[in-house]
Amino acid sequence: MKTSAKIYSGIVFAILFAPILVLLVFSFNDAKSLSVFSGFSLKWYRELLNDRNTLEAVRNTLVLAASATVISTIMGTAAAVGINKLRTKWSKAVMNTVTDIPMTNPDIITGISLMLMFVFVGRLFGAATSLSFWTMLIAHVTFCLPYVILQILPKLRQMDKSLPEAAMDLGCTPVGAFFKVELPEILPGIITGAIMAFTLSLDDFVISYFTSGNGFETLPIRIYGMTKKTVTPKMYALATIIFFVTLGLLMISNLVDEKDEAK
Amino acid sequence: MRTANRKHPQNGYRMALAPYSVWAALFVVVPLAFFAYYAFTDNQFAFTTENITRFFTATSNIVQDDGTSVEVRTYLLIFMRSVKLAVISTVICLLMGYPIAYIMAQAKERTQKTMVTLIMIPMWMNFLIRTYAWMTILQDTGILNGFLSTLGIGTVHIIGTEAAVIIGMVYDYFPYMVLPIYSILAKLDNRLLEAARDLGCGSLSVLRRVIIPLSMPGVISGITMVLIPSISTFYISQKLGNGKFFLIGDAIEGQYVANNLHFAAAIAFILMLILLVCMAVVKYVTARYVYGGDEE
Repeated sequence: MKTSAKIYSGIVFAILFAPILVLLVFSFNDAKSLSVFSGFSLKWYRELLNDRNTLEAVRNTLVLAASATVISTIMGTAAAVGINKLRTKWSKAVMNTVTDIPMTNPDIITGISLMLMFVFVGRLFGAATSLSFWTMLIAHVTFCLPYVILQILPKLRQMDKSLPEAAMDLGCTPVGAFFKVELPEILPGIITGAIMAFTLSLDDFVISYFTSGNGFETLPIRIYGMTKKTVTPKMYALATIIFFVTLGLLMISNLVDEKDEAK
Repeated sequence: MRTANRKHPQNGYRMALAPYSVWAALFVVVPLAFFAYYAFTDNQFAFTTENITRFFTATSNIVQDDGTSVEVRTYLLIFMRSVKLAVISTVICLLMGYPIAYIMAQAKERTQKTMVTLIMIPMWMNFLIRTYAWMTILQDTGILNGFLSTLGIGTVHIIGTEAAVIIGMVYDYFPYMVLPIYSILAKLDNRLLEAARDLGCGSLSVLRRVIIPLSMPGVISGITMVLIPSISTFYISQKLGNGKFFLIGDAIEGQYVANNLHFAAAIAFILMLILLVCMAVVKYVTARYVYGGDEE
């Protein structure tokens, strides 16, 4: 690399990591300030562990992300297998367009449109408030599905098509051939898709904001509430923990990819 | 036997696709219809174009710096501001991101992987907290000014200006610009560059006539991926602009909080239409000038 290139990348990465460094450092601040560091302390982490509402929000976030991941991974895998076998041009075009919509639409539009439907349907049934865990789960599954599908489709296309046929000729049922031959081939795509769905769901704020009801608060929504008031380093402590958890997940998904490539 | 097998899987594949088809119809297509329905109805669900006209005609008074007050079209002003800030942020992302993507693509394979991970890491920090951290950096008594005054340079006032909002947008969406450009540049056939050099191209002209045109698909998807979220964002401007620079996303959120669902739907509907037009233009331009011919 040329020196100028090194200097330029150095500057860019310094800017990219500046806020993260600030977060990490100030989560250990002794005082309440977010801009003057007065001494090292773990007190905000301790306080975080005693904050019932935040822990509840962590639990909610994990339950929601896990449920959304399981549902979107299973439905998405089945959908990818089906889409891959579509024969007519228009059916392919329709499925591709529909799958693209949640990815290309701004989050605010996905969130608002789902919210409007939930409110309308809720009113039909006479419910005062229709937004709850279930509406959030539907929203999360909806925006995770395209990412899962798009991780699996390329793996299906790369796969040797004669493999499942061979299995069937040798007496496997179509379902058996899928589980014994196709599934192991596309498994890395399924795992990456599931990890993506999980992290997207963990991190989502905008769509959750519009589809969440009273009583079910996820972490990003709680953080939004917290940043409306004065923020203490406690929130940074929380961010630091989330950061390392997501980083860990990212590394696992990289390892899966590398293993797959090594094959 | 074979024909039976061939027929059965096809049914099986249809069955596999069925749950997703139903799901996508119910939760992707139908909500968009509701969206249009709300935009064109009033609180009693009677047809009206009131919400749309209100977007174009609503006025309010703003006090200028010199104390005089002017009447402006509220939502048109907000809309133009959103477009302006989003376009500026996208251009900055492109100008800063293209060289990084190029440097990454030229690096050794091991370095490339590390750099991709480094670019992605900030994306895994919650977006609200990232933005909040920028607020503490840019504040008048914040970290940046503390640093500058220690160096004896004096202080700068950034928070609450349009510049702060742009910094927030560029920071938050930078990876979305770099990664698609990088993925195209990394696959570029080096023999093409050698051929251009052999045929007498200087480095600048290799860049202008070979590398940049070939990387256009990445540039286009980068532009799309930065422009769309930055035009519709609603948190960055509240925090970094001190609430002075309302953007279209803030307007939608404000109407949602005030429970004016029909008007919120109308603003979002107009936003979506304009984005669709923008994307169509981008697609047309790419098809015409990038894949079309080689005339300059």
